[in-house]
Amino acid sequence: MTDVAIVGLGLHPFGRSPTMNGLEQGAAAARAALADAGTDFKAMEFAFGGSQDGGNADSLVNLLGLTGLQFTNIWNGCATGGSSLNAAYSAIKAGQYDVGLVVGFDKHPRGAFNPKPREWGLDEWYGETGLMLTTQFFAMKIQRYMHDHGISRETLVSIAEKAFRNGSITPTAWRQTALSREEIENAPMVSEPLNKYMFCSPAEGGCALVVCRADIASRFTSNPVYLKTAVVRSRNYGSFEVFAPSQAPFVAKSPTVTASQAAFELAGIGPEDVDVAQLQDTEVGAEIMHMAENGFCEHGEQEKWIAEGRTEINGQLPVNTDGGCLANGEPVGASGLRQVYEICLQLRGDAGARQVPSSPKVGYTHVYGAPGISGVNILAT
Amino acid sequence: MTQQLPFHEGLFTWPAEQPELLGSRCEDCGQHAFPAQDSCRSCTGTNMKTVSLGNRGTLWTWTIQSFMPKDPYSTDETPETFVPYGVGYVELECGLRVESRLRENTPESLEIGMPMELEIIPLRTDEGVERVTFGFKRQAAA
Ligand SMILES: [Zn+2]
Repeated sequence: MTDVAIVGLGLHPFGRSPTMNGLEQGAAAARAALADAGTDFKAMEFAFGGSQDGGNADSLVNLLGLTGLQFTNIWNGCATGGSSLNAAYSAIKAGQYDVGLVVGFDKHPRGAFNPKPREWGLDEWYGETGLMLTTQFFAMKIQRYMHDHGISRETLVSIAEKAFRNGSITPTAWRQTALSREEIENAPMVSEPLNKYMFCSPAEGGCALVVCRADIASRFTSNPVYLKTAVVRSRNYGSFEVFAPSQAPFVAKSPTVTASQAAFELAGIGPEDVDVAQLQDTEVGAEIMHMAENGFCEHGEQEKWIAEGRTEINGQLPVNTDGGCLANGEPVGASGLRQVYEICLQLRGDAGARQVPSSPKVGYTHVYGAPGISGVNILAT
Repeated sequence: MTQQLPFHEGLFTWPAEQPELLGSRCEDCGQHAFPAQDSCRSCTGTNMKTVSLGNRGTLWTWTIQSFMPKDPYSTDETPETFVPYGVGYVELECGLRVESRLRENTPESLEIGMPMELEIIPLRTDEGVERVTFGFKRQAAA
């Protein structure tokens, strides 16, 4: 079977674009990716795209051109980007198409998401009585994790500090101001133990990738990045998940663990081979837990890793070099693709002030979303 | 006395002197679910029976909801009268961990492993009918 290459990268900056709707931000990202690949929309044989609040992805053809291509909408919560890339990967692997576009975009209303119980298979009482908040779930998961594995509040602060510091040297990031430990520590509490600066916010933005058969990559670029695996998994019984009125009496492997293990097996490499990673950090606890769930360290070792700066840009395993979701915000449809975009820049050596210095060869992305779905991609030069 | 009705039928026994949570148990694999459901999340089977889940447990994890949630939150509170509430998973005697509002609402009063007991709390008044839901609070010393 053919390998899959990423030959074009496009991003419409995350944050707020008051003069553009969601589709326009998706189209801007798509045009940037096509230009990066030195090609145009007419050359695209297929597209997979997704958005939560920004409109139907396939409406992008109104802006990009009515070329008659297969355009399939993907909606998979926070894992939408991961699922779109997975679909493109499968289409090329199967020999169905040679080259296509993956695109995600969003434009959310300000403030926290307000999910509707019925859309998640729950009855109204769950929302009416105040249990349907993702912030509560994330807080409760890290609370238990801190209890079980000895993670300190100082480590929570360190993750936020790193995110905003990395954001400050990322021109496309939403939050570009580094914050001091004191500023982070003194932020208003949202959901104990997580405060305002420890959560990411819904935002706007777009991201797109041009993907093709590896053996034709040189038509588009001299520095392709190869997509070694793209894996998506949903939860098993016993996985501790959001929007769950009850949880099993034991904690089973999360979808992050199952997706990660499958991805490493398919790629034939291990966590020790990864040079740079993007781990879903919708809040600081998530990044900490995902370090271990993706196999990069043992549970509890994060305390030492963070204290030693091992996930900093110049560390042994740089994590979220662009500031992650914390500094970029989370336009849900685009967020997972932003991770891939950043890793591709790092592997190409195009990451500017935040470039990982050791010429990274292998990159890793992990997205996680409600109600228990994970997508993992392994990329290499 | 004001009539009290649950937000949703079938979550707990009501009216009752000592209310208990209601859930389902899979007759094939023994796993429980709350709320009761017709199919088993554990073994995919459909041999489910509605059972009492009791009214006691221990606190498995917790947080505090410190601001008033927006829609679909629907109580008599206003942003001015809102009182932060605890949220936690309480591990019941059958092992199932049920998500619940908690009466305790400060970090000092909440601790993983503390014994908890069920309480029924009014949250909203609809045309003279008080809507009640379930919550947990620290178990009174025996
Ligand atoms: Zn069963």
